Amino acid sequence: MLEKDKLKEVKEEKKRWQKEKVDKGLSKFPERKEEFTRTSGANIERLYTPDDLEGMDYNKDLGYPGEYPYTRGVQPTMYRSRFWTMRQYAGFATAEESNKRYKYLLEQGQTGLSVAFDLPTQIGYDSDHELAQGEVGKVGVAIDSLTDMEILFDGIPLDKVSTSMTINAPAAVLLAMYIAVAEKQGVSADQLRGTIQNDILKEYIARGTYIFPTEESMRLITDIFAYCSKEVPQWNTISISGYHIREAGSSASQEVAFTLADGIAYVEAAIKAGLDVDSFAPRLSFFFNSHNDLLEEVSKFRAARRLWAKIMKERFGAKNPKSMQLKFHTQTAGSTLTAQQPDNNIVRVAIQTLAAVLGGTQSLHTNSKDEALALPTEDSVRVALRTQQIVAHESGVADTVDPLAGSYYVEKMTKEIEDAAMEYIEQIDELGGAPAAIEQGFIQKEIMDSSYNYQKELEKEERIVVGMNKFQVKEKPVEGLLKLDPRVEELQRDKIKKTKENRDEKMVQDNLKALRQAASGNENTMPYILESVKAYATLGEICGVLREVFGEYQQSVVI
Amino acid sequence: MDKPIRVLVAKPGLDGHDRGAKVIARALRDAGMEVVYTGLRQTPEQIVQTAIQEDVDVVALSILSGAHNHLLPKIVNRLKEEGVYDEVLVLAGGVIPDDDIPGLKEAGIEAVFTPGTPTGVTINFIKENLKK
Repeated sequence: MLEKDKLKEVKEEKKRWQKEKVDKGLSKFPERKEEFTRTSGANIERLYTPDDLEGMDYNKDLGYPGEYPYTRGVQPTMYRSRFWTMRQYAGFATAEESNKRYKYLLEQGQTGLSVAFDLPTQIGYDSDHELAQGEVGKVGVAIDSLTDMEILFDGIPLDKVSTSMTINAPAAVLLAMYIAVAEKQGVSADQLRGTIQNDILKEYIARGTYIFPTEESMRLITDIFAYCSKEVPQWNTISISGYHIREAGSSASQEVAFTLADGIAYVEAAIKAGLDVDSFAPRLSFFFNSHNDLLEEVSKFRAARRLWAKIMKERFGAKNPKSMQLKFHTQTAGSTLTAQQPDNNIVRVAIQTLAAVLGGTQSLHTNSKDEALALPTEDSVRVALRTQQIVAHESGVADTVDPLAGSYYVEKMTKEIEDAAMEYIEQIDELGGAPAAIEQGFIQKEIMDSSYNYQKELEKEERIVVGMNKFQVKEKPVEGLLKLDPRVEELQRDKIKKTKENRDEKMVQDNLKALRQAASGNENTMPYILESVKAYATLGEICGVLREVFGEYQQSVVI
Repeated sequence: MDKPIRVLVAKPGLDGHDRGAKVIARALRDAGMEVVYTGLRQTPEQIVQTAIQEDVDVVALSILSGAHNHLLPKIVNRLKEEGVYDEVLVLAGGVIPDDDIPGLKEAGIEAVFTPGTPTGVTINFIKENLKK
């Protein structure tokens, strides 16, 4: 960024400093390690200077917030106008219990809802299915039919809150239920704001709650894109997720690379289905992890924003600026939480919160200190939410836009992460795109290698996790963890039974038949799913029909 | 030389978190053991049948869904019914609250490894506690 003469001076001075100060000093004060490296294995220099930014063009590479290439943020004033949405992911047991937790969180100043579903719901089984045994209500709320969804949002005005739903394979069904509940509240679909995760590719890569094969899953996703662009225009139709890729053990650069590669696959699928890029791309959203390495994470968010903008503009020819803006939700990194000395996790989460905010996130979930042990209690969720509020109101980092821009280190790393991610994307293109690369196990293998290296570093104590492999203490078992009501499964089974007794059975069967026909052909499945939901067909029945027509995904096992 | 220890690493239940299962599978392999990994969403019956077919010395169950109290004893009981429990060391790992561990041990899970356990601890436990 400096003029040539000035840059030359900097370089000469740096050489002198190296010789006079560093080389001499090292014999007396050797460094802690021979090599300092980032999560991707890239080298970290001792010192960064303007020399490292040679060739950077401020207007072109960084520009201004709210303008291409969005390195500095997607809005011109960022948190000076409005803080990020504080959105705690919650849901457990029954719809009744979760509804209480949501109301509590809203009373505590949370500004959006985020629904966690239990595993049977995420895999399209009703609570009375054989494979659901022992899993009902454990990692999220159990939703079997519209009955549960009505209870879940009882007393919560859906025209006032925005709701994020972590649901993928059966996303169409849960979105349909949300639309139906809103309708009963007198809220039309075009007023609804929120997000469905709806990102099946990362389920195959890292998260595991898939149902249908790749092609059929991509079809359901593009059906949702097409339907929502007309009927639910404020809804974010997908949240393309790096979070779980990182949790599975990837590096920061891999997180960006594989997430954007998945994004490219969705855009290509939608264009292939006949949609205009600017009709759906403004509603694409992203979801990233916020890990411990504060400056690497800030650089990661900035790199992802710049790279996505370029991809949308240059590769897909998007014209609408909104199509080029990478908007993202962040969650602090669950895998960094330790079961040992859980209070320390509050500090980790605070650092990760700073990273997300300095990186320009649109919304944030902060993990609770007890999540390496169980689902969080109400008290620990409150501390997690307070952490965000302290960063927002007390730390001062939200008072100017992108405050770390111009740091030699952060700018250099932003560029390096972008380049590393682009290299992976080219490799994935050569393999035939993300779906093909997943099928061949390439992405899974790359993540697995990183994750195993990380584990080895821990065990050799090259990497220290406080309280876990150093600074341990003798601990008593933690008390007061959240315990779930063991009767949840029974309660859900009873509700299904009652719902089935009270519905018009012929209407259910007619709607399921129509859905089967639509799924077998090329028609958009979304309206048929909505009608089935309104007739109180269960999630399991609807997914059952789709399983019959589409078949199921077969995992390629990579270790 | 003795024949290598054979281990089945299995994921019972519906959760898709397999980072731990894969890390332990690789670590056991690097420690010279023969490892079979089942992949996700295995029913107790599938796990027991694979253990028998693969003639393993160890069954290592990885679960993070919270369904451990329901699923793990089922697997042990089926191994007993098939008459192989006396030959197979059964371990579990994952997010399992301390309060649940005594019950699982009583049910026949020989050790439970919670988050943060170094892989070396698991490897040594296997070497020292093999049943045959």
